[in-house]
This record gives sequence, structure tokens and C-alpha cells, in this order.
Amino acid sequence: MFKIAREALPALFAKMAEIADLFLPVKNNINTEYARFTPESAVDLETLKTAKSPKDLFFPQSETLYTCHRDGKKLSVVPEKLAEAPFIVFGMRACDIQGVAVLDRVFLSEPQDSFYAARRQNGLLIGMACTEPEESCFCGTFGIDHTAPGGDVDTMLTKTHLYWMPCTEKGQVLTEKLADLLQEAKEDELDKEKEKAKALMEAMPYKDVSVEGWGAAAADKNFDSPLWESLAKPCLACGTCTFVCPTCQCYDIKDYETGHGVKRYRCWDSCMYSDFTMMAHGNNRTTQMQRFRQRFMHKLAYFPANNDGMFSCVGCGRCVEKCPSALNIVKVIKAFGGEQHA
Amino acid sequence: MHECTCHQNYTADTLIPKVGIITDIRQETPDVKTFRVNAPEGGKLFEHMPGQCAMLCAPGISEGMFSITSSPTNKEYQEFSIKKCGSLTSYLHDLSVGDAITVRGPYGNHFPVDSALLGKDLLFIAGGIGLAPLRSVINYVLDNREQYGKIDILYGSRSADDLVQLKEIREKWMQAEGVQVHLTIDRPQEGWDGHVGFVPAYLKELGFSNDKTALVCGPPIMIKFVLAALEEMGFSKNQVYTTLELRMKCGVGKCGRCNIGTKYVCKDGPVFRCDEIDALPDEY
Amino acid sequence: MQELVARLKELLSAGTVDRVLGWKRGDSDWNPEPAFFTSVESLADFVYDGFCGANLSKYMIEATAQEGRTAVLLKPCDTYSFNRLLAEHRVVREKAYVIGVGCRGKLDMGKLRKLGMKGIQHIEGADAFAGDTLTVDTAYGKKTCAYQDALLDRCHVCKGKTHVVYDEVIGASADTTDMDRFAEVERLAAMSPEERFAFFQGELSRCIRCNACRNVCPACSCRKCVFDGDSFDSAQKANVDSFEEKMFHIIRAFHVAGRCTDCGECSRVCPQGIPLHLFNRKLIGDINAFYGEYTAGETAENKNPLVSFTTEDREPGEGRNA
Repeated sequence: MFKIAREALPALFAKMAEIADLFLPVKNNINTEYARFTPESAVDLETLKTAKSPKDLFFPQSETLYTCHRDGKKLSVVPEKLAEAPFIVFGMRACDIQGVAVLDRVFLSEPQDSFYAARRQNGLLIGMACTEPEESCFCGTFGIDHTAPGGDVDTMLTKTHLYWMPCTEKGQVLTEKLADLLQEAKEDELDKEKEKAKALMEAMPYKDVSVEGWGAAAADKNFDSPLWESLAKPCLACGTCTFVCPTCQCYDIKDYETGHGVKRYRCWDSCMYSDFTMMAHGNNRTTQMQRFRQRFMHKLAYFPANNDGMFSCVGCGRCVEKCPSALNIVKVIKAFGGEQHA
Repeated sequence: MHECTCHQNYTADTLIPKVGIITDIRQETPDVKTFRVNAPEGGKLFEHMPGQCAMLCAPGISEGMFSITSSPTNKEYQEFSIKKCGSLTSYLHDLSVGDAITVRGPYGNHFPVDSALLGKDLLFIAGGIGLAPLRSVINYVLDNREQYGKIDILYGSRSADDLVQLKEIREKWMQAEGVQVHLTIDRPQEGWDGHVGFVPAYLKELGFSNDKTALVCGPPIMIKFVLAALEEMGFSKNQVYTTLELRMKCGVGKCGRCNIGTKYVCKDGPVFRCDEIDALPDEY
Repeated sequence: MQELVARLKELLSAGTVDRVLGWKRGDSDWNPEPAFFTSVESLADFVYDGFCGANLSKYMIEATAQEGRTAVLLKPCDTYSFNRLLAEHRVVREKAYVIGVGCRGKLDMGKLRKLGMKGIQHIEGADAFAGDTLTVDTAYGKKTCAYQDALLDRCHVCKGKTHVVYDEVIGASADTTDMDRFAEVERLAAMSPEERFAFFQGELSRCIRCNACRNVCPACSCRKCVFDGDSFDSAQKANVDSFEEKMFHIIRAFHVAGRCTDCGECSRVCPQGIPLHLFNRKLIGDINAFYGEYTAGETAENKNPLVSFTTEDREPGEGRNA
């Protein structure tokens, strides 16, 4: 384990930015969001959650897949180049790192999505432990340890230092390149900090939220529940929950006429939208209740059934904070009895 | 006999299409055309299995998933029978021979011609454009005739003019050994001396023995009544195969829209055995 | 709140209404959600406090399409939206029983978070009608702040304490205005076009096209939005150039011009914190300047100056200061 004094962090970031494109939480006039590091960046490591998850660094909101050119009757397809530049994402919370693991299940399963795979290959993830969890956090529900986010390098920020633990070979290579800036640290230096952070999580209102009873077994069991009707009632059918979510990965594929050919791009889509399943001759989910149910059944039952029990929710709590109607996955889990009372 | 090739020949990325050239267009009915597609350098764009689909795209218009109606045993081209019903299909109907589109695929699973159907007596039941996916299986089976038992084909449409592939049905299927073809149209029509009546009713009338394996494709309402009729006739659900059609975009179970229960219709379907469909949530 | 619940029980048990549209207690002190109540017993979960900010008028489109009568709780500013929906024949007046519910400004969790509060466990003092101080228990200790300091932005330019449509009023309201409604618009108007463009580009580029602003907007009540569906070029769910977001928001602002009551829901719900109401407010300011003071939703009559021709109307090309 290594450490670096807080005062030296700008030097660390500058050095990392020399090695690869560096993305980290930066404060803009309203939010803190992942952004490319420049010496002028207002790096913000205090804000726990960026407004959006960092998923768009791997799965951008919109990306061109290929361009079609027409020359008389002749048609040609020019695939978009895959990402080649190495990049580093610094400061990812444990929930967001698990979010990438969920996306991996989708995009890296056969047949691999080469656009996503290229970004994953070029990206290096640096996790950062959460020392001050917030009221919307429930990563523990999914067995995530907020004090050990993992990634290629695992870090923790204390009042004086950033602690630095390479976890993978990729992380080891980066650590060697940064050796001048890092000093050795003892393995137990963080024990107290971690203990404190864990105790704080125990004081959060969602500490007892449990997904027991969900998973593959719920695929049949919960579908016909009358609860969905009232749970979905206030849903406005917007896509906020899906777009701020680190694991929602549904997409649409669309065309854009550039004047010099047709760009075919894919963009985030939302199962909450009425046109998501619309076909020329009908729609298999005609009510918002059905669409609402689909989102939560997918995250809590269908996805785990297909992915060795892995849930497609990481408890980041963004949807909890952002839903215009104060609906969220925690309310759904609780409605189905998912809270353990002490 | 083909090995299953359904997941072996995706293009570099499955979302990147190939250019396909339309090399033949047949007007089947007033609103259905069959398009023959070849690679620009000639030959097939890819290998497929009966029941698989491909995404056809008219750049700047739209793209849509269509079942491949030609049989894998056809070594020269792929064919798609397409009914005109929206912006993309209207665009395709206006194309002429020599025009280019883009094609990606093949996607999805296939009818189990290499496993569960081997040695079985087969009963094909199709309505309207629903013959398209079954035609691929029928021609495959006819080209590997010795591997399967007796074959019955029950095909119906609104009118005689709406029966697709009529030439092939008369010249090839009706002439084949051990094949019975039963045609029907919904309402009487001048010049039609064949059977008149809906497919499910005709099915019961014909009263097939229930040791056959049934493959059913057609409009949802027909499928619903055919399945009920088959059940009445004593067919068990694991003897009946059909296809589901939901909105699709990616074709590989990632974009999310054809997800139903734990299945993705584009990847785990479109072919389902009826007992598998019964296990899905009622959302199709 | 007891008076309110007692009255709702009365309305339900007397059969005056078939359901009540109000708020249901959340799983925390700060997240009540809009809900329908159909029985006296179900009102056990009813809540009305400082966190009931949502404007319920748009839900009445669906509610009044149902059998029977729906009682709806509307705050003074919400009643303007309801009037607009009446003017546009989107809700059925006879099937609505409007309870003008008192309001002294609604709370914004974002404000508490900005004040440095996190790990929130309980909040006291969010009563709908009384108390000046919020006491917030957090995992990091007890904190307090003035109720006033946690108000939603829109409450600083309150529409006043009058309900413009109601069947009865329950509870007192307060005018919470302490800012000039058009100050920000004027600040932007004073910028050079380049500066102004840069400002909006900066703000709108955060847009993630989630449609929360559109879906919450009581003026956006089209059954089928031009931005949905496959067939039209505008149906883009993402930005195909570096600043396409402007099209969605500008088109939407123009579409609701003259009908927007400035209820502020768009900015309240934006997950990216974009001050969307500024577009609408700019157009409201212009309409006032061109056609005389007009407040959309003040009455249920459709006197929107943009659709009501008079011979005194300004000619095209005559500027704001003509």
C-alpha cells in the first residue's frame, strides 16, 4: 500500500494526465460530474455522488456506429473507429465500479460489443472508498463494501492523505509509473478510517433494505402482484431513473442524415418510454404499470436469473434522489417486504 | 445436413451491417414482395439456419428485423418476403433490382431441424405472411427429405391473391413425395375451387393425428386459435413450435427492448416451443 | 394537517368524491409521493407537509377521465395550471373537487444538501403550516436551518396566496416572494448574444434527454409528443451535434408560450439542475411587454394573447421597446 499527501494530489493528477486521458469528478456551476482533467479543473473529491454515473465513459449517451455513403446505386458502410486512447477514471465509488461489472455482463457476453469492449480495454478504473455515506445509499444491500471499491487501483482519501492500493496488473503498472510521487504506507493505517466509515453506513436509513426473496425466484412470483399498480401510479414515464443509473443499458439505434452520408448512432433509451416497445402493429407493454414493472423485474429478477444472481442495481441511490415523483427501487423492494426489522 | 451456424458468423461488430444487393424481386401478392439479396461480389452474405432473422436497413429511413425465408440449402442467395405496412417496408417495396441495402445478422435461434424435428412427422401451419419463416424450414426439410417423416402443410390467407409463394407451393411442394399441402382462404372467391374457411377451423376439420410435431406461424390471432385447436386435438405443448415477434433493435440481447421475463426474443427466440412460451410472463 | 385529513375522510365517506389525489407518506420524512386514496382507511398514509412540492394538476387529466369525482389538493400556484388545463379542455371541471390547500413555500432536499447536510435520518419542522426551523438529524450530528433557507427556487418568486380556482380552501397560505422574478432574465438579456449563447450552451449541454421536464409539465399535455416516435426527424433521443439539446428545449418553450404558468416544475425535476424555467420566463416577459400584463391560468378562459387576435396587436418586426 502507498500514500500521497493531499497537497500533492494536483501533481498526481497532472502526472496521470500525462500518462493517459484522466477523467475524474469535477465541479461545474451546478453539479459534480466526471470530466476530463485539465490544470484548471475544479476537482471535487468531497461530493459523494456525481449527478450522473460514470457509465457514459464506457457506454456514452450517444455514439456513432458507422456511416453509410451512397454513390449512385452504390452503398458503402464505414464503421466508426474503436477507442484506442488509454484513459484513467479516478475516484469511482464502489457502487459505480460494481455498475461497470454489471455492464460487462451485458456488453462483454457473446457476441461482445466491440465499442464497449475497446473502452473497457483502454480504461483503467481507480476506485475511491466512501468515508461519508449519504441517506440514499444502499450498496450494502447488494453486498458491496463501500470502503473497498476495488477497480485497478483502490484508493481512500483521509484528512491528510490519499491511500493507494494497486489491485490488478494494470494498476501495478500505473503505480510503478507514479512511484516518484507515492510513499510506502503500512497495511493497517486505514483500519480505523474504514471502521468509522462502516459504522456510518450502519447509521443510514436504508441499511436494512434487503433483496431476499428477489433474484431468479421472483421472476414468476412477483410479476402478477397487485402492488405494481399502486407503486407505478405516480410515475411520470420520464427516463430520469434510467439515465442516472449506473447499470441501465438499454439503447436505441437511430439514423442521422449529415448531408455527407447517413450516420447510424446508438443512444441511451429507457424502458419507461411508451415507444420503447412500440411496433408497426402494436405494443406489448401498453401501460405505464407494465413498463414500470419491467424495469424493476429486470433489475431484481430477470437479470440475476441470467447472471449468476448478480443484481442489476448497485444501491448508488441516484434514482432515489432524482425521481420527480419520489419513486424508486427502494420503495419497490420495501413494498415486497424487503426490509429486515431488527 | 448443416451444422448449427447461428452464432458463428457475425460481422466484426454485430451492429455493423454488410451491404446487400437486391438481385431479384417477385411480387407475391398485392402487398407482399420477395426480395433476393446477394453480397456485392456475388454469393450469400452469410450462412443461416431455418427460422433465423436478419436486420434489413435502408440508411436514413429505418431498419427492421425480417425472417429469412430462403432455406440454408440454397447456396446462392438469401430471400426475404416482406409485407408493405410502414415507412421501411414501403421504401423497400419501391426498390428495384440492383439497388443496395444493408443487412446484418443472422440473429436468433432456429427451428430444431438438427435435433428435435429429426425423424418426426411435421405439420406446418401458416397464415398470410407467416409462411415466410416456415418456408425456410419446409425447403430445408424437402432438401434433406430422408431425415424427416411425413409432411403436412396447412396454409391459409385472406384471399387467393394473398397466398405467397404459390408458384413454389404448386410446382415444388405439391409434387414432393410424402407431402400433403392443404390450402384455404378466408372467404369464397371466384376462380377458387379449394377450401374456404379460417385456418384453425380447417385444422380441426382435417383432424391430424397428434403424434406430429407442429410448427405454427401467422398473425397473433390465428396463432392463438390454432394453439387452442391443437391442444383440443391432443397435441402436447412440447410438440408445438411457434415464433414470437417483439420490437427489436440490436439483435443480440443487449438493447433491452425485446426482453420478456428472462428471455430476449431476438437472441433466445424467435422460435419457442409452446411450453417455453407458457413459462414467460404474459407480455407478448 | 388534521383538519385536512378530517375533511378528506368526510368527503370520501359522504360519497362527495370517489377518490382523493394527494400525497402518501414516503419511506423517509422527505419523500412523500403523489397518490390516490379511495377509502377512509387508506388515508392513514396521507401526508401534507413541506415536501409535498409536486404540482398535482396534470394527474387530473387521467383522473377526470375516470368514472366518478376526484378531489385534488392544489396549492395556490398549482391552481393556475389547473385553470390552464380547464381552458384547454384537458380536465373535466365537474369531475374535480378542488381543495385549495394552504402553502407557505415548499422544501428542496437539494438546498439541505447544499447547506452541507448529508446522511439525513429525520427531519422535523417540515409541517405544512407552522414552524420556522428545520431540525435535521444526520449521521454526522444534529443540524438546523431556517425553513425559508430550504425553499425551492420557485418559491422565492411565489405566485401569491390566492387560489384562482377551488371548491373549498383549507389552511392558510403565505406569499413567499423575496426575489425579483425577472432579475435573472434581465441579466441574461443584458448579455451580448455570444455570452448568452455560451450561457445556454453551458446549461443545456448537461441535458440527458430524460424528458422529466416535458412529462411533468402541465402545459405539455399532448397525447403524442412530436419528440416521440420514429417517423419524425426531431425524434432524436440523443444529441447528434454538439448542441442539439437547444432544439428540444427551445421548441418546447415556444410550444408552451402563453400557456406556461411558470409553475417551475421543469426546473424542480431536472436531474441535471438546468434552470429551464428561464426560457419560459423570458417568453412570459416578452408577452407582457408586447401585449400587456398577462398571467396564464389566472382564469379558466383561454385569453392567451398569442392565440387571441386584437386590432391593437403589435406588428411583426416591432421590437420589445417599440
